[in-house]
Amino acid sequence: MKFGVVVFPGTWSDRDFGWVIDRVLGQELRYLWHKDRDLHGVDCVVLPGGFAYGDYLRCGAIARFSPVMESVRDFADHGGLVLGSCNGFQVLCESGLLPGALLRNREGRFVCQWSHLVCERNDLVFTGLMTVGKPLRIPISHGQGNYFADPATLSRLEQGGQVVFRYSDAEGRVSRGANPNGSVHGIAGLVNAGGNVLGLMPHPERCAEAGLGGTDGLLLFRSLIEAGLGVLTA
Amino acid sequence: MRALVVVTPKLVVNDPQGNTVQQGLNFLGFTEVSRVRVGKYLELELSEADRTRASSRVEQMCQQLLANHVIEDYRFELEADPAP
Repeated sequence: MKFGVVVFPGTWSDRDFGWVIDRVLGQELRYLWHKDRDLHGVDCVVLPGGFAYGDYLRCGAIARFSPVMESVRDFADHGGLVLGSCNGFQVLCESGLLPGALLRNREGRFVCQWSHLVCERNDLVFTGLMTVGKPLRIPISHGQGNYFADPATLSRLEQGGQVVFRYSDAEGRVSRGANPNGSVHGIAGLVNAGGNVLGLMPHPERCAEAGLGGTDGLLLFRSLIEAGLGVLTA
Repeated sequence: MRALVVVTPKLVVNDPQGNTVQQGLNFLGFTEVSRVRVGKYLELELSEADRTRASSRVEQMCQQLLANHVIEDYRFELEADPAP
């Protein structure tokens, strides 16, 4: 499977994603520079974490005007797979590819810690190898990961099954105490109505090797690869 | 023409910066402060002398970039260049 990892000025998780895709999983990797409109035939676009364009004005606000994002939008509109993590999730929201916005964390502090997530559906290309309700242990690292959407949007997301990950405790229980940033309904990740664009605040690329303390992030990558192979051979 | 744009978090949005500043003010004895909202202030220099046209353009700027309508409100004033 061919992954394209987008690099904006200020992106910081691009090499971590690249390492996992190329070295850990042996998949084809292409970095996509923000000025490049050509997606080079990738099967999945990754928008990594960081501070694209310094996060000037608002997180992700300037990144959405970059040439590569025009192509990513077109790619997503035609069913292409897009995965945004952390700043990439913020970029997806600012671009309108996902609804809502990410606010400053409830306590006003940057949080950098392990978190637990429950996956709510495994019928997506991103989650096929996950078990619904079984918590994943994946790190977070952000100052503005407090997901917000108005009540009408929230109810549409919930009814449409678009909430994919919620913060939980180690037993998979969703509660205010297990919510590290104040996200409404404990939302850690969501998917668009088409199921091909996923945004999440946690960092799957930082827990894909045992030496880094955990490998739950691999479930996301392996789900994608398995689904991708199914599509490619179908 | 100059546009003076103020962007603030919507009232329904939690504003930890504003809450922290409010606590600081209350701590200093300014107990009459019951709410603080921290936002952004932008000054735009415009090559446009017509107030109606400028207003319509700045409105579009706010909607397309300067504010995120999901979480922020905006308002602006136009200020004519000083007479030469």
